[in-house]
Amino acid sequence: MVNSVTNLGRSGLYDWVVQRLSAVILAIYTLFLFGFVVASPELTFAEWHGLFSQVWMKVFSLAALISICAHAWVGLWTISTDYITGSTALRFLFQLVTASFLFSYLVWGIDILWSV
Amino acid sequence: MNSNRPKNLDLTTIQLPLPAKASILHRISGFALFFAVAFMLYALQASLESEQAFGGIQELMDHWLAKLITWGILSALGYHLIAGVKHLLMDMGIGETKESGRVGAMITLIAGFVVIALAGVWVW
Repeated sequence: MVNSVTNLGRSGLYDWVVQRLSAVILAIYTLFLFGFVVASPELTFAEWHGLFSQVWMKVFSLAALISICAHAWVGLWTISTDYITGSTALRFLFQLVTASFLFSYLVWGIDILWSV
Repeated sequence: MNSNRPKNLDLTTIQLPLPAKASILHRISGFALFFAVAFMLYALQASLESEQAFGGIQELMDHWLAKLITWGILSALGYHLIAGVKHLLMDMGIGETKESGRVGAMITLIAGFVVIALAGVWVW
C-alpha cells in the first residue's frame, strides 16, 4: 500500500465516481466533435469559429477540459501508485509533474476558449 | 496459505490472458493521451486564431509526421473510448464472468483494431 494523501478525493470511491463521470462527459464530447467534423468534410474557418463562439459550446468545452484534468489525474495517480512503489520521493515527483502538466492544460485551454 | 510458495511476477515471462491485454492497452493508451492533449490544444488554438492559422493547420496536416501523430492520437483515443465503454458495462455487471470477460476483451480488441484502421484511412 502506498499513500492515499495525494489521491483526488482522499477516497477510492470518490475517485471511482469522478473517473466515470468525467469519462461519460469526455465520450459525449469526443463523439459530438467527431460527428461535427464528419458532417462537414469541407469545414471552413467560419463554421469552426462559429461553433466555438457559442456559449453552450464554451460550457461544453470547459466541462470537457475539466474532465480531462480530473480523469487524467485519477488515471496517472493510479499508474504512479501501481509502479513507483520503491521511492516515495520519486512518486511525489511524478505526481508533481503530472499536476503541473494538467494545470497548464487547464489554463491554456481556458485561454483558448475565451479568446474566441 | 504457505507464504513461501513460489511466485512469478515477472511480466516478461507471464502469458497475459486476453482481458489483461485489453486492460494494459487501455492504460497505455490513456498514458499516451495525457501527452496528446498538448498537441490537441495546440491545433485547437491555431485553428481558432485566424483564417490564416486555420489554413496553416490544414497545410500542416499534409505533412507525413503530422498525419502520423494525428493517427496515433486518434488510435489511442478510439481504443481508450471503446475499452472505457467496456469498463462502464462491467461496472453495471455486464460481462463479469471468466467466459464473458474473454468475449468482452475480444470484442474490445477487434473493435479497437477496426477503429485504428478506419482512422488511418481517414487521415491518409
